[in-house]
Amino acid sequence: MRPVLDWLDDRTGYRRLLRAVLVEAIPGGAKWRYVWGSTLTFAVVVQFITGLALWASYSANAQGAWESVFYIQNDMAGGWLLRGIHHYMAHATMILLVLHLMQIVVAGAYRAPREVNFWFGLALLFIVLGLSLTGYLLPWDQQGYWATKVATSIASITPFVGPALQEALIGGADYGHLTLTRFFALHAGVLPGALIVLIAGHVFLFRRHGVTTGERPAGARDGGNPDGQFWPDQALRDAVACLAVMAAVLYLVIRTGGAPLGAPADASEPYAAARPEWYFMFLFQWLTYFPAETEILGAIVIPGLVVTLIALMPFAGRWRLGHRFNLGFMGTILAGVGLLTWLAYAQDRADPEFVAAQHRAQAAAERIVELARGPDGIPPSGALTLLRNDPLTQGPQLFADRCASCHSYDGHDGLGNELAEAQTAADLKGFASREWLTGLLDPEQIATPRYFGGTDFARGRMVRMVQSRIAGFDAAQRDDLAKVVKALSAEAALPQQAALDEADRSEIAEGTALLASESIGCTECHEWRGTVEQSLGPVLTGFGSREWLTGFVRDASHTRFYGDRNDRMPAFGPDEILSEAEIGLLVEWLRGEW
Amino acid sequence: MSEKPQAADAPHVVEEGSSGTAPAPRRGFLAGMGAIAAGGLAFLAPVWSGIRAALEPLERPRQDADLIPVAKLAAVPDDGVPHKFRVVMDRVDAWNTHRQLPVGAVYLRRAGDSVEALNVVCPHAGCFVNVAADRSRFVCPCHKSSFDLSGAVNDPASPSPRDMDTLDVEIRGDEVWVRFQNFLPGRAEKEPVA
Repeated sequence: MRPVLDWLDDRTGYRRLLRAVLVEAIPGGAKWRYVWGSTLTFAVVVQFITGLALWASYSANAQGAWESVFYIQNDMAGGWLLRGIHHYMAHATMILLVLHLMQIVVAGAYRAPREVNFWFGLALLFIVLGLSLTGYLLPWDQQGYWATKVATSIASITPFVGPALQEALIGGADYGHLTLTRFFALHAGVLPGALIVLIAGHVFLFRRHGVTTGERPAGARDGGNPDGQFWPDQALRDAVACLAVMAAVLYLVIRTGGAPLGAPADASEPYAAARPEWYFMFLFQWLTYFPAETEILGAIVIPGLVVTLIALMPFAGRWRLGHRFNLGFMGTILAGVGLLTWLAYAQDRADPEFVAAQHRAQAAAERIVELARGPDGIPPSGALTLLRNDPLTQGPQLFADRCASCHSYDGHDGLGNELAEAQTAADLKGFASREWLTGLLDPEQIATPRYFGGTDFARGRMVRMVQSRIAGFDAAQRDDLAKVVKALSAEAALPQQAALDEADRSEIAEGTALLASESIGCTECHEWRGTVEQSLGPVLTGFGSREWLTGFVRDASHTRFYGDRNDRMPAFGPDEILSEAEIGLLVEWLRGEW
Repeated sequence: MSEKPQAADAPHVVEEGSSGTAPAPRRGFLAGMGAIAAGGLAFLAPVWSGIRAALEPLERPRQDADLIPVAKLAAVPDDGVPHKFRVVMDRVDAWNTHRQLPVGAVYLRRAGDSVEALNVVCPHAGCFVNVAADRSRFVCPCHKSSFDLSGAVNDPASPSPRDMDTLDVEIRGDEVWVRFQNFLPGRAEKEPVA
């Protein structure tokens, strides 16, 4: 082995290089507090490793970015771990950077001759912030999409070049394919390249100047401790610290199941839960204090001044009280950042609308996983198609938007919000189910707002019939009525009731016959299997079925339903208030079909 | 790096082997091993998950090729010449599920009531083999492998190590069903891919 290594050293001089790397004197010996720079380097290397592996499975386009991240997260063996490490190591990097910066400032390590290296460090901080910002968009989920929109909108208020800067950054007037290709090029090419160059310069200058040992005269021995060396004493401490960082990251990855992935980005879908990553939250909160037209102060002028002051610390530090000023300034900034971050989270927590939006976002994120795992998988048009054609996702929104001005759903507007206006039409939760129909035919309930209470029908024949005739039913008639309810409900063929309908086939058959009987008397006013005395109310054949409900929503004034006795229900189909597809989604949702 | 310029408060560079500052050899060895072990351990998870992701395609479950309808029997001319037909089927491509996607092509040649099917891919290096302009033989546009119309190598100078790959065919009613499979190129035996 030795002769081979000798030969290699002769041709490459690797031993000298190794010595240059490993042999570095550490005045006063190795110390735990010198580990931060190494942990940062470690974090960056981990990001390169995991980033390259993610790159090999990522697709930067508007119909493939979310989908490929979904694939990495849910289908790829160990993909969640890979992505989780990359995600949480980015968070760890931010914390380590701040610790490193604090250490530099406290130790006064920015002073001569280390000014330039201090600036290298600041530049690195901004590169890392840039990496975080660009990386946040790449999964192309609602969270990253809307949070990044805020960032690029702020970029557009930069004086003179703002709009051009924004357009160049996002590759056009709007977010799309080019936004992703550009952000990816920045995230995986430009910024990491700059990072490597700056870290090389940073480490070179650090080795040139050596460790800053603190506030003691140069050359003095630290408590008489002998000088140590980087290898192996400091290296051991560094390695243990890196291992601890990795352990913390792995703990977070495993505890959370990896990095979050929301529903796919949708420019047409409101997303009230949009927030940047926690380390940008202070800026987010900060901007709420700047009224219109003064935004530039908060977004550009003041942050610019703060950064300039930090960059000038090496010169401020020359004054007699300069170092104390710097310490105070840094402390104030950090306290301010901490306060703003706390305020931001405290306000969000106390805001029921934000909490509800977060729950909706979570529900959508879970729903899209179900849909993408469904038999049809993710179509080439992207996962968003699945959500847009999903009754469970679209139904409640359509209901809240188009139906909840009169109807309610389980007492709310479909989305879980309180009704804005008093309910004037029936509650449609479980429409045509046995439970719903039993309530309808209950003398105590039919005239309540849950059924006809708010409509013109509150004083109509149906209500009178239920309150007089049904109220007087004896036990046998009540039994018959229960069978009628089962028969009528079976017409709807609701998926949730399929097992019940199957089990009660004989009772349903009895009910079907009873429905037209004299004692129950539905066919006095409603058509049932072609039988009716005088058609005054909606057809009962196929009641609540998809076909029936679609027809009803389309036009309740149709002669099959209420005819000219219709009370305020709009003709959603003929008047094109809702498209056929929207009516279909609404009906499927009401029927519990998804 | 003795030529390294010394800054005002830079410590002196410790020369290798200078006594007094070097740790005791045994303790130093243990510390060095410890550093290597801890550092290696710290990199274990990211490196392992990265390699696992890179090799993930090898872990995916294999699917057996089923017979699928490729053409109507009447659409295959009874002229003794192979004709190209597109193979259209459902395909899962990583994160996308495609319905009825053209995924490749086969040559079908009518022989009375039966049909022969050949994979269009050259067994040499995977190019798409053409029927020659005079319709007398197959010729590969890449390295000029030559096959007769039944797919057999017909020129000793052909680079292809085997005949063109035949595919299982069944006539079901008026349809031609083919088991669409690809085979590993560059070897004498016909071995299915995946």
